[in-house]
Amino acid sequence: MLWIDFHGYGPRLLSGAWLTFELAILSLALALVLGLIAASARLSRSRGAAGVATTYTTLIRGVPDLVLMMLLFYGGQIGVNMVTDQLYALFDIDIFININPFIAGVTTLGVIYGAYMAETFRGAFMAVDEGQMEAARAYGMSPWRTFKRIRFPLMMRHALPGLGNNWQVLLKSTALVSIIGLTDMVRVADKATKATHEPFLFMLPVAVGYLAMTTVSELAMLWLKRRYDTGFEH
Amino acid sequence: MPDAPIPLVVDDLHKRFGDNEVLKGLSLTAHQGDVISLIGASGSGKSTFLRCMNLLEQPDAGDITVHGEAIAFRETKRGRTPADWKQVERIRARLSMVFQNFNLWAHLTLLQNVIEAPVHVLGVKKREARERGLALLERVGLASHAAHFPAQLSGGQQQRGAIARALAMEPEVMLFDEPTSALDPELVGDVLRVMRELAEEGRTMIVVTHEMDFARDVSSQVLYLHEGRVEEAGKPAEVLGSPSSARLRRFLAPRF
Repeated sequence: MLWIDFHGYGPRLLSGAWLTFELAILSLALALVLGLIAASARLSRSRGAAGVATTYTTLIRGVPDLVLMMLLFYGGQIGVNMVTDQLYALFDIDIFININPFIAGVTTLGVIYGAYMAETFRGAFMAVDEGQMEAARAYGMSPWRTFKRIRFPLMMRHALPGLGNNWQVLLKSTALVSIIGLTDMVRVADKATKATHEPFLFMLPVAVGYLAMTTVSELAMLWLKRRYDTGFEH
Repeated sequence: MPDAPIPLVVDDLHKRFGDNEVLKGLSLTAHQGDVISLIGASGSGKSTFLRCMNLLEQPDAGDITVHGEAIAFRETKRGRTPADWKQVERIRARLSMVFQNFNLWAHLTLLQNVIEAPVHVLGVKKREARERGLALLERVGLASHAAHFPAQLSGGQQQRGAIARALAMEPEVMLFDEPTSALDPELVGDVLRVMRELAEEGRTMIVVTHEMDFARDVSSQVLYLHEGRVEEAGKPAEVLGSPSSARLRRFLAPRF
């Protein structure tokens, strides 16, 4: 790409691509953790935990990502300001907390995709043969060890197709963060296009950038599939 | 060993599912080397009784004592529950169970299945566990299948593998829950042969079974259960040879 003249936007495009990548990976990590917790809560015998998790997945999946992102970013800042104002008024503690757009982006994407991951994991957990879990308990494994050694690896095989799908949608949703002021590669390309009127010069590399990331993910998915299909192929 | 603790004592066990009381006061004492067969029609409670012994089901009343250690319970609003799950895990590790559907872990090879609990529950060194595991697989005739996954094995092979997994725990008592019921008839013999050898070497075993020949030839005691109660108990020759209740006579009568 170096021999193409990007009118000086080249380095910024690259750093935008890096931001997209960081954002996607960190959001994915958060989404996986939240998804596992929410799925376990929904399947648990505790009605309170199941209720909270059901509310979470229903609410989040029913509202557009864009709306949630603005709500969390602007609403979050107002909420934090209200708390710090109270602290100042009541205790004379003077602090100002500015919500970092990057952290807001990771949090929002993580919370949104955590809800989708939860549904994927829930279905996958239900597909695991109960007898094998019972055998784990019968051999003295603690609930955590049963989860780690038996339940999780057996579940992953069923979860992978859904996880791969969620991941690709998440990766592309990172483009939304430009509205909260983060300069990901879409935002850089948008600015550059407006300044130079050359949309193909900037948008095509962005498309290629996303394609490169999804292609690498496909390879990672293949590797994971092989890993968790062990023992099931004929 | 006159004062060695008794491997398993179960006293006056009760269990209900909703309004249906399925175990109405069942007791059993397994001394070292005993092979106790539990027989009875389906619905008689024999499998539930066995599953209560390692607390896969929670008995509502009654005591379970393993090698002199009584399982502690506490009362809650929803009924009785074990007071200390760590104790339950410890005791389960001493009562290996063999299931009707084998329940080998599908993502692990046969050898990995055999060493999984010894390594991760008992803390046996992996090398040592592998050596012993291979010897056990050799014993049940599966040494050449150590690297196979359960899906690559026949039902009979899986069940013999599951018996090796149970033996690897060096259990106090082995619990068999209808171990041959899910097998094709021609595969039953191999599994029963392994179980007979275990009985002959003095393993303490409790076996829920429909195999009357096994109960007659191998066990030291037979319990005939009917609707959650022990209807007849004693030496196999007495219980199976000259049953006193009409119901047991009907149960034992040839079906065709």
